[in-house]
This record gives sequence, structure tokens and C-alpha cells, in this order.
Amino acid sequence: MFAVLFYFAAGLLAVGLIYRIISYARIPAPLKIPTTPAPRTRTGVVFLMAREVFLFQSLFKASLWTWLFSAMFHAGLALVLLRHLRYFIDPVWSWVVFIQPFGIYAGFMMVAGLMGLWARRFFVDRIRYISTPSDHLMLALLISIGTSGLVMKFITRTDIVAIKNFFMGLMSFDISTLPSDWMIYLHLSLIALLLIIFPFSKLLHAPGIFFSPTRNQVENSRDKRHLSAWAAKLESGK
Amino acid sequence: MATEIKAPPYRVFNIAPAIKPGAMKDSKSFLANDKIQADLGFPGHEIADWHDRAISKMGELLGKYRALKVYMDACVHCGACSDKCHYFIGTGDPKNMPVARQDLMRSVYRRYFTLPGKLFPKLVGARDLTREVLDEWYNYFHQCSECRRCSVFCPYGIDTAEITMAARDILDAAGYGQKYSNEIIGKVHSIGNNLGLPRPALVDTLEGLEEDVKEDTGLDIKFPLDVKGAEVLLITPSADFFAEPHIDSLIGYGKVFHAAGISWTLSSMASEAGNFGIFIGNYEQMRKVALRIRQAALELGVKRIVVGECGHAWRVAYSFWNTLIGVGDGAHDPYGIELQKQLDHRYKQPMHICELTWDLAERKVITFDKEANDKHIITFHDSCNVARGAGMGDMYGGQFEIPRNIVKAVANHFHEMPEGTTHEKTFCCGGGGGLLTDDLLDLRVKGSLPRMEALQHVVDAHGVNFMASICAICKSQFTKVLPYYGFDRRLIGGVHQLVSNAIKLGDK
Repeated sequence: MFAVLFYFAAGLLAVGLIYRIISYARIPAPLKIPTTPAPRTRTGVVFLMAREVFLFQSLFKASLWTWLFSAMFHAGLALVLLRHLRYFIDPVWSWVVFIQPFGIYAGFMMVAGLMGLWARRFFVDRIRYISTPSDHLMLALLISIGTSGLVMKFITRTDIVAIKNFFMGLMSFDISTLPSDWMIYLHLSLIALLLIIFPFSKLLHAPGIFFSPTRNQVENSRDKRHLSAWAAKLESGK
Repeated sequence: MATEIKAPPYRVFNIAPAIKPGAMKDSKSFLANDKIQADLGFPGHEIADWHDRAISKMGELLGKYRALKVYMDACVHCGACSDKCHYFIGTGDPKNMPVARQDLMRSVYRRYFTLPGKLFPKLVGARDLTREVLDEWYNYFHQCSECRRCSVFCPYGIDTAEITMAARDILDAAGYGQKYSNEIIGKVHSIGNNLGLPRPALVDTLEGLEEDVKEDTGLDIKFPLDVKGAEVLLITPSADFFAEPHIDSLIGYGKVFHAAGISWTLSSMASEAGNFGIFIGNYEQMRKVALRIRQAALELGVKRIVVGECGHAWRVAYSFWNTLIGVGDGAHDPYGIELQKQLDHRYKQPMHICELTWDLAERKVITFDKEANDKHIITFHDSCNVARGAGMGDMYGGQFEIPRNIVKAVANHFHEMPEGTTHEKTFCCGGGGGLLTDDLLDLRVKGSLPRMEALQHVVDAHGVNFMASICAICKSQFTKVLPYYGFDRRLIGGVHQLVSNAIKLGDK
């Protein structure tokens, strides 16, 4: 049952994301709209994008609290994901072994960051105003995933060897069974749900930022002409 | 509209106000009548199929503008932008938070263009496009000055200006045009400038100006119109021809050209730098307005195109002209190729008047008597569209440095307003983006609050009595709203007004 769910979720995620990315890439950006401070070279744009993606530069300028919670969550999530690589590779790469202990702290950091973000949705009147049910549910979902993971690590324990067998099996289309443990069922179902809604939700901010014209355009408007296909038709029709 | 318009009190702490839902829900700019709409090829009000037209226009724009599509999807409601908009700070209306303004459209986008919105509208905040929703769009998308301050702070660079522009384009397609912007664009198409000044009026004004300047300086400083073969075509906002304090900057441009011995001309066909096509987010209108400038440049045979003090005009010129009409790297249609041959590429095309003046000043072609401005204690207001939508010079941040360099070169007393209110974080004057109309005066007064607070700061600390700017809209807006905050309306002026005071004309 879980095998089917995961094939479905992973398939939908892949197809959905690829479809989105292709559609973003295909839609033209007809005008030069970089926002100051905008780099004047392609290399500059790569660095700017890196600062946005890894350091959340703009958010840092905007709100320290949001930046802090958001950085805790994203950095925590990144480490946790890397830590989970051990379920998908065999033998486990040495650096993945090395980060295992950090990954545990990261799990706490991630949940704490999410709690902070959620608290803002209740206590800051502006943020409360803009929050939709889906915003709350998304945080609830992520917190549940994080917490169920931590519970398995520290309270209930689970048979991680069997879990690894299950996922290694999934990848080689040789299905084995999961340990019968409702916490792992919960953890995995929520993750599958997250993968499924990813391409339909605000989680699209992840691929979206790379296609944001205010951030990815080079500021060279006077020096190099920028013309989209549909605008070019306007010109030849003249 | 409110019966009495009053300035909101300054904030005690420099933080966002508590939200006041519905505070500005009745702020409504006058609608364009059917004639105004028809002049631009837009349908009139009260068309039966407005709903389908709006949705189909939205679909069209989602396929034409990557920014719109990505920005509709990417927002996570983090609230980074929520306290950044001057209209929110001034009004407290939560729908003036950039994210909430975007959500007016995003909710409709979700309903018609995404699966979750079709299946679970309540869950994701999706809603049908009703007449009420469209009215709300009209009111709140005319409470955005497209200043882009929010986009500086958004972690994904979401630019509310892009969304406002798209919304206005959709509104136009559904027969809901704004009188102010659309009437003005109509005037540009038929006459050539926003004020609707025909050629004889221009000739008259410029002759009068030459006489005034002669009286003042004793010199024959010319303000030429439609002179074929001039070196420079100056494209300046039509307000410069007779609004105060704009005209003082026009005099400044004239003196710079005179002192540097550069032959120049204005054009009656392209007697407007402003391009309101950007305000209504319509590419075709924007291009059509810009094409007049190319045509004038070709007819007059000029070598350079220089743009006067005008904020969004400079954004269109700097960032879009190359794309729209090939002033810059050049277009490949026959007119574009001809223009490219004609222009002198040793100079930047187009060039801002500040770039021109500063270059001359650096090379000592023009010199100044700084003491002439000693009565002015000056601060500089960065105009939003110059600051965040354009550049100057070849260096990073040139749009900030060059005007300041000029001010410092022509005057002795200069003080910056507090950090966070200048450079790319500058606050809009409150009247940009098609809102400079008296039917929105209440909004304009409130929207200028953060700028007035910053100004008050330097007035108290340094006795500032002159706020220089390089935008016709800023100048008009401040002239109007300064008195509401207890300031003298003459506190606002142009950078070239200061240049005009100090430039040494000599009898060289």
C-alpha cells in the first residue's frame, strides 16, 4: 500500500514540478524589470541568486524575526534531508555518516523555526490578516512531519533497518514490507501528502525564485536589447 | 471621498500601524467614460460580458508575462512586505499591504487557473470574479503607485507593480478604465503630451520663458522647438513647460546646454517624457506613446536623446526604450536601423539630463558658483522609479550618486534623510503610478506620511528647507501635500533648479 502511495507521490511531484518549470521557462519576460540593487553581469546574477537562495538576503532586510525562523526551518530541513540520505544509499557515504548527529539537532531547529513562523501567524495582526487556512495547514503538516520524526528517534524508536530495506526496495522495484509501527505510517503518509501537494501549492516558491525576473535579470537595459517573441511580432506587424 | 482631508499624525515609533480593515475601501478614482476608453481601443463601462473578458485577459497575460505567473504562484504569505508600503503605513488599511493587494488578484487566479482553487476554493482563499471583486480591484489597484518598494524586500522579488499593472490592464479590457491615466494617454496620442498643449501653446510658452530668462540673466538662452539638425533632442515631462517648480528645472536644462554650447531642441510631436502606458500595464499603449519619440528623433535628425527630470519616464526610457523602440542597442526594423545609424554612439542612448550635466561638470565644461545656493539647505528625495527601476551612468548605484554629486557640486549644504528612506529603500512621494489626481487626494496625503516623517527629521535636525527631486510627479505631488503637513509648498524643487541658480554662464 505504501509502496503504491510513494510511487504515486514521487511520480506526481516529478511530473508536476517539471511541468511547472517548463511552463515558467516558456513564458517570456517581455521587459527588463530587475529591482535595484541589480547586478550588471550574469556572474553577478548568479551570486545574487545564491545569496537569496542560501542566505535569504532580501528577507533579512525585511524582517529579522521572519528571517531567523525561516532560516532555522530551511537550514534544519536541509540537514535533516541530507541525514535521511542514509535510507536511500548503500553503502552510506562517509559525509552522510558524519552529519548524522548534526541532523538530529537540525530536526529540533527545524520544528522550532516552524513554531516561530506559526506563532507570527497568530500574534502579528498583519500576518494574521493575510493567513489563509492553507497557510496554517501547511505549517501543521510540516510540524507533524518533523515531530513524528523526532518522536521515532527519541521516544518510540523504530526498526530503521527495515525502513531502509523498504526504500532500497522501492528504488529497485523490489517491494519489501515496512515495520508495523503507526508512527512510521504517520510520518510517511504525511511526507507523501507533502510531495503530492508540492506542485499545486505555495511550495512553488522554491522553483519560482529562479524564474523571478526582478531577481534573475541582468541590469543592462541600455546596452543590450531584450525582446520577447510576442513583442517582436508587434514590431514586424508595424 | 472624505469631506475634509487631513494628514495623519506622525508615528511615535517607526513601526507599522495596527491594521484598520476597510479604512480605504471607498477610495475610488473616477472611472473613464466610454469616449476615453474608445480612444485607446478599450471597451466602455457596463459591457455585458465583462466577466469573460476579464478572465480571458488574465489568461492571456499569464501566458505573456512570466513575472505575473511566477508571482501568482510563489508567494508564501510570509509578510516580509506587509509593513513596507507607504499607503499601508499612511492608511492602516490591510488591503494596502502588498501581499494583500496581490491576493486580490491571486484569489481569482487560484479559482480559475489552479486545481486546488477549483476544487477547494475556501481552503486556499480562492474566489469567483464578481462585480464586487472587480470593484475592489479597481479601488485597491488604484492605491498602488507601482513604486516597487515591496519588491526590494520580498524573498522572491515579487513586484506588486507588475501585478497592479496586470490588474489595470485586465480592468481596461473589462471596461473599467481609470479616467485620469486613460484620458492622458489619449491626449498624448492625439496631441503629443499629457497636458494637451498644442504646438502654438508650446511656442508661446517657450518664447515667454526666453524673455523671462533674458530679464533674469541678460543672456539669450534659447528654448528651441522643432529645430532640425540639433545635436540633442530633449524629452521632458510636459509639466516642465509651466508647472511650478518644474519650470525652474527646464530653465536649468536650457542653461546647461547654453553654457556647454550644445545645440538642442524640444519636439512638439514628442513633447512628453511621461509614458502613462506603464501605469496601465499595457505594452501596446506604452509602445505607441514611445514611438512618437522615435519618430520625432528621426524627423529632427538628432544625434542624441536626453530625458529630463521625470521618474517613471526615466524608467521607461532607461529600461524599456531599447526594447520598445530600439533607443539603445537598436531595433532591427527599418526605422530602428535608420535611427541607429543617425544616433551618436559615443554617448549613452538615451541619456538622463543628470548624466549629461554631471559629465560636463566633471570635465569642467560647466562650472558653478556654489554660494548662489547658500540660502538652501538641501536634502534629496530619491524618486521611486529612478531608484528601483532604472540606472544612471555605468556604475552600480549611479542613479543615487549622480544626482547627489550634482547637488553637492552646486550647493554647500546637503543632508541625507534617515537611512531606510532613501536609495533603493526610498519611499514614494505618494502620487506616482497614475494616482496624481485630485479624486485621490486623500490617499495621496496619507501615502506621503513616511516621506514627510523623514523630511521632518532633517528639517528638525538640520533646518532643511529644500527637498530636491528628479521627477515631475514628485514635484507636483509634494507641492500639493506639503502644506497638509505644515510645510511650505516651495520646499520641493528640482535638481536642475539648483543647477540653474549656480551655473556660471559668464560671457564666454
